Amino acid sequence: MANGSQTGQIGLRGWVYAGRFGLERYAYTLHRITGLGLLLYFLMHICVTSSRALGQAAWESVMGFLSHPIFRIGEFLVYVAFAYHALNGVRLILGELGLGLGNPVRPEYPYPIAHRRQRPLFLALMIISGILILAGGWDFFVTKH
Amino acid sequence: MCQRNEHSGQALSDEIVREVVFRVQRYSPGQDRPVTREYRVPVTRGMTVLDGLHYIRDNLDATLSYRFSCRMGVCGSCGMYINSFPRLACQTQILELNSDLVDVRPMPNYPVVKDLVPDLSQLFAKHREVQPFIIRNEQELEHPTAEFLQKPEELLRYLQFTYCIKCGLCLTACPTVATDPRYLGPQALAQSYRYCADTRDAGAEGRLRIAAGRDGVWRCHLAGACSEACPKGVDPALGIQLLKRLAVLRALSLKKPHSPAPVAGKRTGVERRPGIPQPPPPTVESR
Repeated sequence: MANGSQTGQIGLRGWVYAGRFGLERYAYTLHRITGLGLLLYFLMHICVTSSRALGQAAWESVMGFLSHPIFRIGEFLVYVAFAYHALNGVRLILGELGLGLGNPVRPEYPYPIAHRRQRPLFLALMIISGILILAGGWDFFVTKH
Repeated sequence: MCQRNEHSGQALSDEIVREVVFRVQRYSPGQDRPVTREYRVPVTRGMTVLDGLHYIRDNLDATLSYRFSCRMGVCGSCGMYINSFPRLACQTQILELNSDLVDVRPMPNYPVVKDLVPDLSQLFAKHREVQPFIIRNEQELEHPTAEFLQKPEELLRYLQFTYCIKCGLCLTACPTVATDPRYLGPQALAQSYRYCADTRDAGAEGRLRIAAGRDGVWRCHLAGACSEACPKGVDPALGIQLLKRLAVLRALSLKKPHSPAPVAGKRTGVERRPGIPQPPPPTVESR
């Protein structure tokens, strides 16, 4: 088939290239990427902590390896993913319960779009997410522990 | 009859106001990859992208294939990807695109039959899968005797979703459909809600089993692109969220199944006002 597969799916490009759509479609893409990132972190976390079962030497070796600054940045990225994913998730859960979307209406032009009624909530949550990320960045890279 | 310009007296519909380049994706069965071809199209006021394609076919390249029927946004045949947005070609004014380049491609997320013609069979198969019809365990549907009673506010709960013309633009816009071919998609799920919310229906339980299953509503994460692309204001994203709420309420037993709307009985004690003609005879036989 002309566009790649038997079903015509455009694949991951369909997530990344959001075209001329609203903010929510970009939020979707970021939500999926951060979700996959957090899942990857949890899997790595299980592998790292399970090294303790191999004895203290193995544990200390792994901890020594993870003390490299690159992993500090990685930890911060996990925190950024958490802050975004959790707060955007609040919006999604509210939407899934039909809260803040309004009721169906007669489709009279210009057509109303229900999820745009949630836009103020989305922006407020993104501001809170930004504040959390800045505060976390300060704690990660500026505060001496 | 065409309008006339009051200064020049020229027919407005014939006056060429701009020339644009149509960049059209072409594909024929057997080709490895699609190719793009460019055509120069003179544009008159009121000309749609579909009119531009007609111009190309009639004057520049008779081999161009595209699908259309009603030319007024009712049949849903001419869905295309025009200047990076899913639109109906018959409803898209070339001048409103405000560009010298009109990029026309077949709808993404569908196999291509030829040029701008997508294969919509998956769309229709998914639509059928969600049982998009009234379900009642009685003979009234097969042998109707009267209409079912429904209040205007009950109608408004699902009316918006009945405007779907099955053009398939929402599946083109949906990012989940892009990577999950089994996902039922916004068109079918909005129609599932349309029938679940209908007070005449009693089949919500079976319909929800499909719609809230593995390939159903929980694959949607409210990107909302389907609603932005919908040319009829159906707002499928809203329908999907309301379907999720219904599934949750039913699972928690917070919403009991309703009794389907009753059949209208014979009116008694009411007299026809004078001067009002009798209705035509019934089109179905009474039992």
